Amino acid sequence: MTLRMLKAVVLKIGFWALVGVLMLYAIFPFYYAVVTSLKPSSELFEVSYWIDDLDFSNYVAVPSQPAFLAAIRNSVIVAVSVVIIALLLGLTAAWALGRVRFRGRTTVMMLVLGVSMFPQVAVLSGLFEVIRTLDLYNSPGGLILSYTIFTLPFTVWILTTFMRQLPDELEEAAIVDGASPWVTLTKVFMPLLWPAMATTGLLAFIAAWNEFLFALTFTLTDTQRTVPVAIALISGGSQYELPWGPIMAASVIVTVPLVVLVVIFQRRIVSGLTAGAVKG
Amino acid sequence: MAARESHDALPDNARHSRSDGRLKRSAKAWHRERGTRVRRQRVRAAWLFLTPMLIVLAAVAGWPLIRTFWFSLTDASLSSLDGAQFIGVENYLVFDDGWYGILADPLWWQSVWNTLYFTLVSVSLEAVLGVIVALVLNARFRGRTLVRAAMLIPWAIPTVVSARIWAWMLNDQFGIINHMLLGLGLIDAPLSWTADASLSMWAVIMVDVWKATPFVALLVLAALQMLPSDCYEAARVDGIHPVRVFFRVTLPLITPALLVAVIFRALDALRVFDVIYVLTSNAASTMTMSIYARQQLVEFQDVGYGSAASTLLFMIIALVTVVYLYLGRRQLGGGQ
Amino acid sequence: MASVTLERVNKRFGSTRVIEDVSLDISDGEFVVFVGPSGCGKSTLLRLIAGLESITHGDLMIDGTRVNHLTPPERGIGMVFQSYALYPHMSVYDNIAFGLKLAKSDRQTVDERVRQTAKILQLDGLLDRLPKALSGGQRQRVAIGRAMAREPRILLFDEPLSNLDAALRVQTRNEIAHLHARLGATMIYVTHDQVEAMTLADRIVVLNEGHVEQTGSPRELYEQPMSRFVAGFIGSPKMNFLTALARAEGDAGCRISIPGIGEHVLPRRLLASERETRLTLGVRPEHLTPTAAAGDAGFNILNVEYLGSEAYLYLETPEGEALVCRTEAPAPFVRGDHVTLDFAPHRAHLFDHDGRALPPVHDAGTEPATAPTTFS
Repeated sequence: MTLRMLKAVVLKIGFWALVGVLMLYAIFPFYYAVVTSLKPSSELFEVSYWIDDLDFSNYVAVPSQPAFLAAIRNSVIVAVSVVIIALLLGLTAAWALGRVRFRGRTTVMMLVLGVSMFPQVAVLSGLFEVIRTLDLYNSPGGLILSYTIFTLPFTVWILTTFMRQLPDELEEAAIVDGASPWVTLTKVFMPLLWPAMATTGLLAFIAAWNEFLFALTFTLTDTQRTVPVAIALISGGSQYELPWGPIMAASVIVTVPLVVLVVIFQRRIVSGLTAGAVKG
Repeated sequence: MAARESHDALPDNARHSRSDGRLKRSAKAWHRERGTRVRRQRVRAAWLFLTPMLIVLAAVAGWPLIRTFWFSLTDASLSSLDGAQFIGVENYLVFDDGWYGILADPLWWQSVWNTLYFTLVSVSLEAVLGVIVALVLNARFRGRTLVRAAMLIPWAIPTVVSARIWAWMLNDQFGIINHMLLGLGLIDAPLSWTADASLSMWAVIMVDVWKATPFVALLVLAALQMLPSDCYEAARVDGIHPVRVFFRVTLPLITPALLVAVIFRALDALRVFDVIYVLTSNAASTMTMSIYARQQLVEFQDVGYGSAASTLLFMIIALVTVVYLYLGRRQLGGGQ
Repeated sequence: MASVTLERVNKRFGSTRVIEDVSLDISDGEFVVFVGPSGCGKSTLLRLIAGLESITHGDLMIDGTRVNHLTPPERGIGMVFQSYALYPHMSVYDNIAFGLKLAKSDRQTVDERVRQTAKILQLDGLLDRLPKALSGGQRQRVAIGRAMAREPRILLFDEPLSNLDAALRVQTRNEIAHLHARLGATMIYVTHDQVEAMTLADRIVVLNEGHVEQTGSPRELYEQPMSRFVAGFIGSPKMNFLTALARAEGDAGCRISIPGIGEHVLPRRLLASERETRLTLGVRPEHLTPTAAAGDAGFNILNVEYLGSEAYLYLETPEGEALVCRTEAPAPFVRGDHVTLDFAPHRAHLFDHDGRALPPVHDAGTEPATAPTTFS
């Protein structure tokens, strides 16, 4: 009896230890970035696990650089535009794919799925040409256009999944009421799909905010870069003189909004991720 | 009682052969729309609604892909895309007093090997860790929501940022990882994680595993939460050891979800770019196919050669995708 | 308000024939109920009339105009769905007004119509509520309101009561009957519940496996079922069926002998030869008269159900066939008693090998004189 109780206690301790280790593993790097960013540069090279005293000099230094502010502005413009475009095109496409049976539907679905698996590098040179032809090189427009390659497919995919879950009779009621497909979509379905659109939009936002390869390749000047590129390109005199304090401060600045969004909307994000993947 | 007898309450097979307009949902939706004005209107609208998406996808995916393939057969360079001359498969392989071209480039083969190695190791680790994390999150305990939210943080942090943070933590002189390991007496001297060719791949894998495990864990968790609880109760009543239950019951049931997660991760890992570019730049020891292709394209301005590398990468991923779709379709065969 | 005519309407899903050669005339202002077991095609038939599904071949006419290719609003129909299918994000007002607004009615007309509809259905106080804040019966009324707001020529109901509990179902049934009397609109109503059909319909259409078994007033269907299927489907408890041997008996009809009951001469015309034919005798539970039997003769009572106003005796024939007998309550019998049965010959029905009813002897006098009746 006591042995069994001992075993139960050990198991319980083991479980909580595991939870603790996982928590630590998940948040320690971000925590450490915060710690580093709050240190004055003089103390940077002494390892410490706690925030000893708050020093905001790095947070003053980063935003005072116009290039960083421009990067944040560009990232916001790009991510928001991408979300709007992806939702707009995705919603109409999802209605077609989710609620109408027509010849070629499976082909389109496969095509969309196929595009979502494209390696970005595979279209890099061709897309570079397209962007230059459209005179969008080194501008947010080029990034907005190119980001649809990865946001649009999963937006369509997830919204299609949600669209299918709406009851058939609701659409038939709209048909009997004389609603055209467009009216059905905008007046009946869209209000019901707000949660799904929020989820999908959030995922698209995160994807666009984090994108690096296209942003690195299709922009040239400091004023047109996005945040990831700006952070990746912060450099000092040599590899050993990287300004770690400002880098960490910048990292924290661009990550905190995402972390807040994720913590608030975690349930939605999980449902979106699983809807997209399970159907795939 | 009458409502109970409504045919909606009947199992599907009971009304399979005949329709009362309430066949299985899919069949019903399919049949309902044949030939009426409404149906024609809807099909027309469907194509109309698809057109913008199709145009955009053609512009950003279809056409660029074709152009990339075309460039791979030319001597195009970044400064003179228009003046590209067709040179056949010379970018891939050509004999000119010795073999030249990508397929004869040892660095390409190393990047292929690196990519496969990276994919295999990181995805395996993510699968194992992901299942463990999912099992923990599936248990009922105080603060579960908090832990689940915390698990999402690595996933949400931009790859570039996480690479930067880890680069700092892995810094050879001032990094906290070396500090910890030294403190624990596991190493004698600081390790140069990102510069040492034998360690840098592991550094990259460490970051990728940290970032991607939550994704796997969430998909597996979703599958775990759909498992029927009665077979667990039965197992408990029968006194079967939990470990045995896991391998005999849980694992087979979550395998489909795990497989989906693994495939998604594998496709991501095969095209990995950001984390390596930021952590170790163009170092040969961690060069992957994407890094190789981009280096040729942008830094060496050799669009023809770089496009050839891109095309090869695309074909490898397409192969994996086709295999996946084939397996997926077979698996879903009953459902659709 | 309008008449509806179906002429040899067929519907196929792939190679499956769901509706076979259905012809019907529904006159202006009539309340017609399609009834049948699940899978009989009644909902499909309704959806064909609504325009939600296309007719494979055959013609559908509304007021004499072929409407096969018109959309539901162009046909002028309103429909109440089984799940109600109210727009969850719209208030009751907007639910009712949606179709009106789409029809480009001016704002004042919309408002008038919505309020008028709400008044008829006693929804006045609920116009600002969302569907989720309504009870089942209220939702049902909103669904009806939405269907009738545009003043459609025909109102269609697809099993509208099946989501309500028993008490509410009776109440709503009465309201629908009342509504029909008040609006005088043509109504077509689908149900699997024969009680709903009997209580609501001017005329019932019994469907079986995609074809019309019989159409007629509730009374006609009850008293003169033209097939064993209709006889068994209409009426509760079900009609009793017994195997019987029959021989033609000239003008008097035919003589049948039933094990355990004895011989009777029924006024039904047997067209077969002189030989004895095996037929099915059908007698409704209330037409069987039980009499206490001596000893083990007659039928064994398996169970007695007391329902207050009446009682059901569940009997078993020596051959193992089940019978139900309806008597006044309380029944003077208990479980285990033996009874002999009798019935008035003119109340009994005879069905041939194919399940078709044998016609009465004096055909012309008793043939139902109303709408055309389709035999398969």
